[in-house]
Amino acid sequence: MSAITDWAGADLRGKIAGLRRSMLARHPTMAFGGAMLIFMIFCAVLAPWLFTGDPITFNPINRLKSPGDSFWFGTDMFGRDIYSRTIYGTRISLVIGLSAALLSVAFGLVIGLAAGYVRILDAILMRIMDGLMAIPGILLAIALVSLSGASLLTVTIAITIPEIPRVVRLVRAIVLTVREEPYVEAAVAAGTRLHLILIRHILPNTIPPLIVQASYVCASAMLNEALLGFLGVGTPPEIPSWGNIMAEGRTYFQLAPWIIFFPGAALALTVLGVNVLGDGLRDTLDPRIAKKM
Amino acid sequence: MTSDQQAILDIRGLTVRLPARADRGNAIENVSFSVLPHEILCVVGESGSGKSVTAHTVMGLLPPKQLTATAGQVLLQGDDLLKKTPGEMRALRGARMSMIFQEPMTALNPLMSIGDQIEEILQIHTQMSAAESHGRMIEVMEAVKLPEPERLIHSYPHQISGGQRQRVMIAGALALEPILLIADEPTTALDVTTQAQILKLIKDIQRTHGTAVLFITHDFGVVAEIADRVVVMQHGLVVEQGEAKNVLTNPQHPYTRMLISSVPSMTPPKRPDTAAAPVVLETQALCKTYADRSLFRAARETRAAHNVDLTVRRGETLGVVGESGSGKSTLARCIVRLIDPTGGQILIDGHDIAGLSERRLRENRRLVQIIFQDPYRSLNPRRTVKASIIEGPMNFGVSKAEALTRASDLMTLVGLDPDALDRFPHQFSGGQRQRICIARALAMNPEVLIADEAVSALDVSVQAQVLELLDDVRKRFNLAILFITHDLRVAAQICDRIAVMYKGEIVEHGKAAEVFGTPSHDYTQALFNAAPGRDFEFGNFASA
Repeated sequence: MSAITDWAGADLRGKIAGLRRSMLARHPTMAFGGAMLIFMIFCAVLAPWLFTGDPITFNPINRLKSPGDSFWFGTDMFGRDIYSRTIYGTRISLVIGLSAALLSVAFGLVIGLAAGYVRILDAILMRIMDGLMAIPGILLAIALVSLSGASLLTVTIAITIPEIPRVVRLVRAIVLTVREEPYVEAAVAAGTRLHLILIRHILPNTIPPLIVQASYVCASAMLNEALLGFLGVGTPPEIPSWGNIMAEGRTYFQLAPWIIFFPGAALALTVLGVNVLGDGLRDTLDPRIAKKM
Repeated sequence: MTSDQQAILDIRGLTVRLPARADRGNAIENVSFSVLPHEILCVVGESGSGKSVTAHTVMGLLPPKQLTATAGQVLLQGDDLLKKTPGEMRALRGARMSMIFQEPMTALNPLMSIGDQIEEILQIHTQMSAAESHGRMIEVMEAVKLPEPERLIHSYPHQISGGQRQRVMIAGALALEPILLIADEPTTALDVTTQAQILKLIKDIQRTHGTAVLFITHDFGVVAEIADRVVVMQHGLVVEQGEAKNVLTNPQHPYTRMLISSVPSMTPPKRPDTAAAPVVLETQALCKTYADRSLFRAARETRAAHNVDLTVRRGETLGVVGESGSGKSTLARCIVRLIDPTGGQILIDGHDIAGLSERRLRENRRLVQIIFQDPYRSLNPRRTVKASIIEGPMNFGVSKAEALTRASDLMTLVGLDPDALDRFPHQFSGGQRQRICIARALAMNPEVLIADEAVSALDVSVQAQVLELLDDVRKRFNLAILFITHDLRVAAQICDRIAVMYKGEIVEHGKAAEVFGTPSHDYTQALFNAAPGRDFEFGNFASA
């Protein structure tokens, strides 16, 4: 049996139970990734109650204080508390990371299913995807943000669009394999309508690989958001994000390295967490690798 | 054969443990048999009988940590192989014993030329000079009757035929004149005419080189063809062994009796005349041509099916037999309209469906249903059996309650418990899944049932039961069945009429008894002559 049909053969319910059981024992790194992500969500949701102050208002008296008892992570050149700004920055990173993952998977799935099953659409859709892939993702994002102005929504869209083609290719490859399966042909012979064949028989096979792909999109979206923020085309400066905190701290790096250090460390840890979670999911959901462990 | 002759291979009380959580404790248990010089010993059994595990243990090819030999001895000329280090085993493999596998395409390295692969064996095990090993290579390739060895050594595996690939494997296995050749289902993936040639080759080699052969197969026809002695295995145990003639004609163990009784006879039984029944399915000049178009050269056309005319009457089974690539599956898929024919007509009850658009076709989908070969891929693994069976009727507006009642009736009809409707496909065996597929097809109330190699993936005992079920539903629902198979024995037993396909065309067509009794076309004759064990009538010991 081919690799992709192995994914298909997996009984999802059993998989999830097994996943929970074996997660800690077999994938300690995956447990770390999951814990990291849960911790970040916790920070983002409870930001106002985690001993944070106002992350936005200038407070010139306290400018460039080093980390200490009153300011755990120090303050920046406008006297704002880096700790508060980093915690609030979690919100932006997570919102953009998760929504980019969700949106790219949703659009990629629909386009991929159509391209994989409807032959006429295939040539057209895949050439558009090839075109999108030929433009460096970050350039495309910068262009999109410059065109429409920086806001949380436009940044999210700008980061999502370059991620879609890869999801489409993945879904299309799976559809092309699964549509040849006898059970799909049996459903065709039984007069099942196209949309039901796609939803009932083909779509479930794409879910495990898509979960894995989503984790990678999430991590790369967080990095891209920080990069856009750092380049000054990310979310507007009044919303603290890890990217724009670092961008503002850049000129004071030698004087106050903590301005860059703390949001940078938060970003690195989060991306690391999401990536190892994705690796662990791939190992667990893909039986070819799971067997070798 | 004298009893004081030392055995080439002597297996004594061999037990191989399965990993925890397997369906039984040991893959094989207390297996003992020996292979004498100059003989072909067939190990025969159904899937899961442990015959391949036995062979892999001898070769030291068990997957490490998953399967381990826990007791017994494997003596190659008195040397216990289980006590050898991996290094010592490596020196033995290829030199004193060698193995050929089922699928020659995957057993050969696709990125190495044929010559390099055979030469590699010589270079690893001997100190031959380049000229010497080249000479030896040509010699063994001639021994296995490969045409033009000097040219063939530069070819790659994908450039030669399946039969030639298996010959290359055998040439490699014989390069160092081993004393023992292990053949693990070496002809199962091959067409029947190719199979006959390879079996003859193995027999010749055994005779001329005196190599002892351990031959693993599930096919009693093959056993009748080449075996000197037979070992029958079931669930990891040896249940019977003895001279081939004795075992085949006078089996002692009930399992062996059941297995041999399940082998379909090559002589078609008498069947009622159906010539008066109305025609349900008719194809007229049906064609399917694959065109490989390219911008820079003329289109290449492959005629998968050409001018196929056939009729199936109500209550009758028409067998379409042929080898792989003959176009018989293309024909089936055209009739079900899974692929679009490029020409001709498909008449169901007199209405042509060959050119209908997908929308118009949908109304006619109910009439023709299909059962596929692979029971493990025919059912959606994520949906319950119930969901799979009621899907079709509900597409045609049958209410869910009604479809469910019918589904549970059909489960009983195909010999399964209606309570099992809520289970998932992986909870059933291959034969049970094929029964579910039959129930799913019947749920549509079809006029025509197409069985595309529907019993080819099943063990012989299960195959007999599924064939019986198919014949039973044909009578009960007065169905027209188009039965596609490469297996002449199966065709002889279930078909009223036979159509022989060769290179996309029907070359012979007639009543089963006539086609089997007096085949007229050259190809049909060649095909029938190649059937393994054709001269051997397998007795029916079921009642004894």
